[in-house]
Amino acid sequence: MTYTHSVDDVRCGLEAHDYLPDDGLATAIFLALELQRPLLLEGEPGVGKTEVAKTLARWTGGDLLRLQCYEGIDVTQAVYEWDYSRQLLHLRTAEATGRATGVDADELESELYSERFLVKRPLLQAIAYGQPPAPVLLIDEIDRADDEFEAFLLEVLSEYAITVPELGRFHADVPPIVVITSNRTRDVHDALKRRCLYHWVDHPDFDREVAIISRRTDGVSDAIIDQVASAVAQFRQLGLYKPPGVAESIDWASSLGRLGAAALDVETAEATIGAVLKYREDQQRVREYGLAKLLEADSNV
Amino acid sequence: MVEVDATHLDRIVAGFAAALRTAGLDVPVGSVVTFRQALGVVGLAAWHPVYWAGRATLVHRPEDTALFDDTFAAYWHDQLRPDVAMEMSEHELTMALDTGDDEAATPDDAEGTQEVDLVLRWSPTEVLRHKDFSLFTLEELVEAQTLMRQLKLATSVRPSRRQRRARHERGRLDIRHTVQRALRTEGEPLIRASTVQSEQPRRLILLIDVSGSMEPYARALLRFAHAAVVSRRRVEAFALGTRLTRITRELSSRDPDDAFAAATGAVEDWSGGTRLGPVLREFNDEWGVRGMARGAVVVVLSDGWDRGDPAVLAEQMQRLARVAHHVVWVNPLKATEGYEPLAAGMAAALPFVDRFIEGHNIASLEALVAAVAA
Ligand SMILES: Nc1ncnc2c1ncn2[C@@H]1O[C@H](COP(=O)(O)OP(=O)(O)OP(=O)(O)O)[C@@H](O)[C@H]1O
Ligand SMILES: [Mg+2]
Repeated sequence: MTYTHSVDDVRCGLEAHDYLPDDGLATAIFLALELQRPLLLEGEPGVGKTEVAKTLARWTGGDLLRLQCYEGIDVTQAVYEWDYSRQLLHLRTAEATGRATGVDADELESELYSERFLVKRPLLQAIAYGQPPAPVLLIDEIDRADDEFEAFLLEVLSEYAITVPELGRFHADVPPIVVITSNRTRDVHDALKRRCLYHWVDHPDFDREVAIISRRTDGVSDAIIDQVASAVAQFRQLGLYKPPGVAESIDWASSLGRLGAAALDVETAEATIGAVLKYREDQQRVREYGLAKLLEADSNV
Repeated sequence: MVEVDATHLDRIVAGFAAALRTAGLDVPVGSVVTFRQALGVVGLAAWHPVYWAGRATLVHRPEDTALFDDTFAAYWHDQLRPDVAMEMSEHELTMALDTGDDEAATPDDAEGTQEVDLVLRWSPTEVLRHKDFSLFTLEELVEAQTLMRQLKLATSVRPSRRQRRARHERGRLDIRHTVQRALRTEGEPLIRASTVQSEQPRRLILLIDVSGSMEPYARALLRFAHAAVVSRRRVEAFALGTRLTRITRELSSRDPDDAFAAATGAVEDWSGGTRLGPVLREFNDEWGVRGMARGAVVVVLSDGWDRGDPAVLAEQMQRLARVAHHVVWVNPLKATEGYEPLAAGMAAALPFVDRFIEGHNIASLEALVAAVAA
């Protein structure tokens, strides 16, 4: 598996698809690819964790297989399920044609539990994937799933294999590229962490954020992008309920662009604040702190 | 250290792992092996890739980054080329802060950090141990920090995952477990081993009331929380006021004053009102019942004064008590002469509390440490 020869290849590959990683993230991705280990990304909402997997898929040309976790997720949504209604139909047909009795019964049973009635969910799809390029398996927001699911996942990711009792064992010929994300509402088990390469995704620094916004918006002036990046960096220091992520910076800059604003002054900020701060309390807090003060600091950047 | 042979590299890697362990990080052998592999891939020509390879393989939570950085700077300083080493020593100056309990960080630092000064000045007077936090001067608070760090917090160990799984199986035997079991029969022994040895200290969660009535104590208790967060793994800290604020990350800075400033900065309603019931509900909904408090030791540090509906508080305490291993309530006013839990909130919460202890001075925090270990 060779997409890369160096950390720089990773950086360039992702940048070509509009994702701008910092050194730490680029190194972690590089190692995950080279060592064929899952990559565990933790960080606050909107820092670009999920986007890593999507970009990897675009870059490598592999299919993106996404498993969104939630409390109570189980094998039928994550791994596979038998298509009971089609099995039943098959059975009825067999009965009607008299095949259901006698010598054919055994054969019928094995037919019922053959791959054609198996509905593969993302984990099994990733493992049973036949040919290169390897798919990208995104296990999103693992912290929402429960302990048992995590334990199961650890087994799958250690072996890159899954056994379906009625069918046998699937083993990945082409190991998937695995990206696991967590908002850290709870800690992921140590054993799973040990299996993965780990990276804590931070908010980007000012320069990177400017670069990201430029890359992800059209026709927004450099001056406005600078102001947005600077204001957002300050918002993140205010202890808000939901500090804005990169997604919000991009949204804010785009709406300013659409409005044709020449600069970010208090009035325009006031009119567009909903694009960057989603909670009324947070908007209130920023107003109390003083929009003017926050925007003023911009000119000194 | 641009070109080294494999055995030499092994030795360097093992030495680094040992240094991290001495510094207090949990470094499993498996991670060290992965680090060694990672070095094979990124090479040793520059410190940057070496550093990030270490971060990706040996650090598994952001709170450990500061410790890792300290140790990395001190250790690789000697291993890397002189021109690289120059870069590193700058790094070291900004990050190397020692705690009283590890000798690993910069043994050669003759400059002496503030922390070392602190340790030298500190004399463990009985007076300070028994003095009420509300009467502390700022200097005393700083000294107290050192005392608090010497409280070795250990929670009891939680049973292995296997036993817990067995309990879950009681009611429903579903296909997932069947698959899991099938998998396990062919699974590699490594997994089984790690499952069995998964005895871990329980997570410790500190919920600190930062409302006005708690102000003199909250300052001290926050420093206690800081000592806990930096000294052991699996600690979470939240501030309770009119809203809930998670402050674990803020408290993870090695420097107590930085941590204190970051935490109070993050808490918007520092020294404001309290809404214990609703805030506890928020904790339960967003974090606690969702997973964080499951099997954890939860310590509430509060005087229990609350204008809200006691029924809400009682209900939330009950939810919390159901998932937590142990709930400890620390009330600084408990030591007050003639105190009874008259505060309506306190009275409502008490039935769901496993241990109710005082928390007005360092001596009583020692009692807390004992309670947490139970
Ligand atoms: N480094 C980056 N380069 C380019 N775009 C980025 C970068 N980081 C974030 N983004 C942008 O931010 C958006 C939000 O990122 P994403 O949805 O991946 O965040 P997340 O960390 O998964 O958040 P959540 O925890 O809420 O799911 C992406 O759609 C992308 O446009
Ligand atoms: Mg996401």
